[in-house]
Amino acid sequence: MSSRRDSRLPVLGCFVAALLLSIVPLPEWAAPYRPDWVALTLIYWSIALPRRYSVGTAWLLGIVLDIAYGTLLGQHALALSFITYLTVKFHLQLRVFPISQMTLTVLALLAVYQFILFWINGVAGIYPELVIYWGPVAAGTLLWPIVSLALSGVRYRVTS
Amino acid sequence: MAEHAQRSFSTPAPGLRFLLLAGLSLFLLIADQRSDWLDTARKTIGAAVYPMRVAVDAPISLWRWVGESTASRNELLLDLSRLETERLITQARLQRYSALEAENARLRAMLEARSRMRERVQVAEILSVSSNPFRHVLVVDKGTRDGAFEGQATIDAQGVVGQIIEAGLLSSQVMLISDPDHALPVQVNRSGLRTIAVGTGKYDRLELPFLPNNADIEEGDLLVTSGLGGAFPPGYPVGTVDSVTRVPQNPFAEVTAKPAAELGQVREVMLIWPGEAESEAGRRDAAAAEPDRAAPAAAAAADDE
Repeated sequence: MSSRRDSRLPVLGCFVAALLLSIVPLPEWAAPYRPDWVALTLIYWSIALPRRYSVGTAWLLGIVLDIAYGTLLGQHALALSFITYLTVKFHLQLRVFPISQMTLTVLALLAVYQFILFWINGVAGIYPELVIYWGPVAAGTLLWPIVSLALSGVRYRVTS
Repeated sequence: MAEHAQRSFSTPAPGLRFLLLAGLSLFLLIADQRSDWLDTARKTIGAAVYPMRVAVDAPISLWRWVGESTASRNELLLDLSRLETERLITQARLQRYSALEAENARLRAMLEARSRMRERVQVAEILSVSSNPFRHVLVVDKGTRDGAFEGQATIDAQGVVGQIIEAGLLSSQVMLISDPDHALPVQVNRSGLRTIAVGTGKYDRLELPFLPNNADIEEGDLLVTSGLGGAFPPGYPVGTVDSVTRVPQNPFAEVTAKPAAELGQVREVMLIWPGEAESEAGRRDAAAAEPDRAAPAAAAAADDE
């Protein structure tokens, strides 16, 4: 039991790091291309340890993001828990995907994530420019191989 | 229960949980959009997010500090000469200003009017800038503990920056005047025309959508706060009109303005408490007014002689 509790700390560290990266100030030209770090981290861990990190974790992280970004409460929570639900549902298939196919899947998941944000903004009457939605999707997809490599380093330390 | 979860993981357990949480999210979304009773919850969790913001800000301020302390001698010398010139120019301006201020105080004393109410201001540092480019919100390091309140006006050295939309215990969120959701009652300084300046989502542009085609407004007009909304004290510069397009068949002119404050680059803002005169300033006023009162008397006495 104690070893399992120990193994939770590094993963928690990953989530905290993702949250920090999501609010760290970026130069103005880079701000529209900030990848959705929390979404990427969640996709990784819900494939690796779907029993422990699933929809509930995603929802809580989403609420924290909503507070940090000052968006409508529940917006990021809904979007994150939906893509985590999709990931957990198909985690067995996703585990055997080669990296190229997995990157395409991440592209689709991030697009779905941004679409939910876009949809909620639209209902709430906020209409920003579309590049704001495509920037994070492109950046996140390009970064996925690096992120998954880094997180698998953490994972082998956790599960071994 | 645990056994069941372990045996059959792909059963709709996560699906059911997702549906519950999605319902909860939708409920929160609607509640947040329609009413403000979630504000206390927001504030509580916001206080928990505060250490995160400080943690993010720490390396940046450290980096800035290191950069400043290791700047090369040449740069420092350049800086020094630049600052010296700036100081001279500012001092020259300040001389004129203090002369004007003295004159103003004297005239007011003559009219026996109360000297203009001064506002108490306090400098607040910016902890973070909204990461959502379409929501122009800053987080500053003053909260309700320092007396900040929701709706409080914030300015910088050049002009109006925005107002506090959420006052937490230790930090507050400031909505910039360029946020698409922000509207600000303004007045054209030249003609006294009152209207509303609305944010556009771009740092360097405000719109004045409610002006009729024949309104008395020109490029280069200075816009100041009118004080009518109640949030902003009157007379602070908001921006300058940079384009006026009048299309004859449209009922309204298309007027845009450039904000006076450098919204994209602010580092510190000032919070204003309207109506609370700064005690030090008040004393200075009194001190300035008294010799002025004494002076005419002395002049009169000299005339008598």
